Amino acid sequence: MSTATLEPRVRASRNYLNADYGWKSWLFTVDHKRIALLYLVSITFFFMIGGSFAVLMRINLTEPQGALVQPETYNKLFTLHGIVMVWFFLIPSIPAVLGNFLVPLMVGSRDLAFPKLNLLSWYIFIVGGLFTLYSAIAGGVDTGWTFYTPYSSMYTNTQVTAVAIGVFITGFSSILTGLNFIVTIHKMRAPGLTWFRMPLFLWSMYATSIILVLATPVLAITLVLIALEHLFHVGIFSPGLGGDPLLFQHLFWFYSHPAVYIMILPAMGVVSEIIPCFARKRIFGYKIVAFSSVAIAVLGFLVWGHHMFVTGQSVYAGLIFSLLSFLIAIPSAIKVFNWTSTLYKGSISYEAPMLYAMGFIGLFTMGGLTGLFLASLATDVHLNGTYFIVAHFHYIMVGGAVMGYLGGIHFWWPKISGRKYPNGWAALAAAIIFIGFNLTFFPQFILGYLGMPRRYAFYPAEFQVLNVMSSAGATVLGVGYLIPLVYLIWSMRYGPIAEPNPWGATGLEWKTSSPPPTENFAEIPVVTEEAYAYAAEEAAGD
Amino acid sequence: MTDAEAHAQNAGLAHQFEDLEQQQETDALGIWVFLVTEIMFFGGLFASYAIYRWLYFAAFQGGSHILDIRLGAANTIVLLASSLTMALSVRSAQAGNRRALVLFLVATMILGGIFLGVKAIEYNQKFVEHVVPSLDWAPEGQTLARLAPGGLEHAQIYFFFYFAMTGLHALHMIIGVGLLLWLVVRARKGNFNPHYFAPVEVVGLYWHFVDIVWIFLFPLLYLIGGRY
Repeated sequence: MSTATLEPRVRASRNYLNADYGWKSWLFTVDHKRIALLYLVSITFFFMIGGSFAVLMRINLTEPQGALVQPETYNKLFTLHGIVMVWFFLIPSIPAVLGNFLVPLMVGSRDLAFPKLNLLSWYIFIVGGLFTLYSAIAGGVDTGWTFYTPYSSMYTNTQVTAVAIGVFITGFSSILTGLNFIVTIHKMRAPGLTWFRMPLFLWSMYATSIILVLATPVLAITLVLIALEHLFHVGIFSPGLGGDPLLFQHLFWFYSHPAVYIMILPAMGVVSEIIPCFARKRIFGYKIVAFSSVAIAVLGFLVWGHHMFVTGQSVYAGLIFSLLSFLIAIPSAIKVFNWTSTLYKGSISYEAPMLYAMGFIGLFTMGGLTGLFLASLATDVHLNGTYFIVAHFHYIMVGGAVMGYLGGIHFWWPKISGRKYPNGWAALAAAIIFIGFNLTFFPQFILGYLGMPRRYAFYPAEFQVLNVMSSAGATVLGVGYLIPLVYLIWSMRYGPIAEPNPWGATGLEWKTSSPPPTENFAEIPVVTEEAYAYAAEEAAGD
Repeated sequence: MTDAEAHAQNAGLAHQFEDLEQQQETDALGIWVFLVTEIMFFGGLFASYAIYRWLYFAAFQGGSHILDIRLGAANTIVLLASSLTMALSVRSAQAGNRRALVLFLVATMILGGIFLGVKAIEYNQKFVEHVVPSLDWAPEGQTLARLAPGGLEHAQIYFFFYFAMTGLHALHMIIGVGLLLWLVVRARKGNFNPHYFAPVEVVGLYWHFVDIVWIFLFPLLYLIGGRY
């Protein structure tokens, strides 16, 4: 790129990183950018915790009789892996880190609408995380991350109450983040920044926030009911006492299905920023991509029953949920087609963020298409409860959401840190992650199709080859995740100084210095053009 | 007026806003979004209530007839009165009448306190009648006779909902009284003026929301099955 050859500018003397020093200036900050970094450190910590549970599971599964742990321990491993990864990494990942950092910059304001609430959300997150870590140390939980009743509420002797409290508390951090984004996007946009001039990342943050504020409270009340039933043995979800376990599943999936879109919509937003930048083209079908985010958020609330096809829900309800689940594939497919159409005749450069975005498109497409197998009533009866499901949702949540998260981190890292990372290492890491991921999870599709059930510590000997492949892939994947950790930390001190707009991207966040000053902009910007005006940018640059 | 001047003139204007009008609109939207999350939070309980009421109507009817409808009705009136005083507080803040603002805020707090006191008496009655699910569940005599037709186990579910729903509501009341106390302190200091009274408005909306929840809880819990 032409800008890369420019002399590095002298770093602006005052920015949000060196505006103030000492631990107090971080722990009591109300600056959205510093809070984003607090979240970045916290969720990286939880990612490593959750990852280490996965490592132990994959080691155990190298042998049919279990290579490492007792079955009881294995149950706790997959439960904690799920709980930590879902609520303490994936859900906060893009919204709380990149969203916190970028939403005010992208709308052209000095901060989010409620900066103190933003800091409070981080503290709530940490308290919830401590409860969860306590439950892990105090004996763990063995219910699966889904807490199905009546096992979770009446029978298990593990730390259900502590972990329910932890997830309950963390939910309020999500709610506050979502609330803050909705209000900020409505009320804090810079002059001239109309809804249809907003970057698509903001649209996806907006859609995500709607889900966060509507769905999370339902999970919260459900967890309260579980904890109460566990503590007092009242029959809300326990059939033995007149309760209805299916009601629990309805309430749980009413949150937890939309939660999948909390994870994937932000990643779609990131990809919608990266693709036009590295194809040097306006995004194809801006409005349709924007509306498809909203459509996913709305439809996402109407498909929860597809998790319950085999748990005693009425067949007619199943039919309708199946139909609605097929419908939600439409806006998802629209996005994929629009990204690929954007690439068509673009002048594409394969910088590291672009590699992650391309990885996202491929893996998300795989995950999405295999979702259709599960949305069909008949095939779901065969595949439900097998490794096919495990592979499917990892393709969405790891192949999709984590790839998007890493792509976003690489794309905005020069803005966040004011430094550049070594592109060669970043490209290598992207390739290793892509290969490691597929090696880990593709065999699981086959295992599931052949009938290997999920959540078992043991398996028949004929499944060993595929399981060993999957464990080997997990090792590659783990190495792939460690490499960015090393060079990104390295770059904070030794990386070349980044100019304000190293990628030549559009968007208000690139118009201020890198890293931005505490108040983001010396003067509140005025927006006069649509998002992704890359053609105009190129013309002006020549 | 430049930005710096705008901030220097109004101590209540936070740094991220351009002017007080933007701040007021933002605060108002913020509380409305928060109330939506509250509706979803209570909504989970209301949905569960609806399902069990449909499944075990007789038990819910029997349980409902044990509640003291006079206390429930009195509390409804107390809460509606507190909504009036809360609305008058907002109006006083808008008019810049500090004395009236403090007065109406204190009145709202007292009415909220009365509601919680009556609720405590009602909770105590449940212990006297041994109809507290799990903790003290041994209804006898007249109580037992009323609950028996619907099945004791299912009546326990009714009382679980009674405690969960009114308990969650009471928790919101306690938080509301705390917020009112904070407003009284700020109002006495003269923090509010006709241009800046967003906190009063925001707490007011919260208070009205909590009242409305009770307006639904009262008939759903106390008035099942044509008792009078």
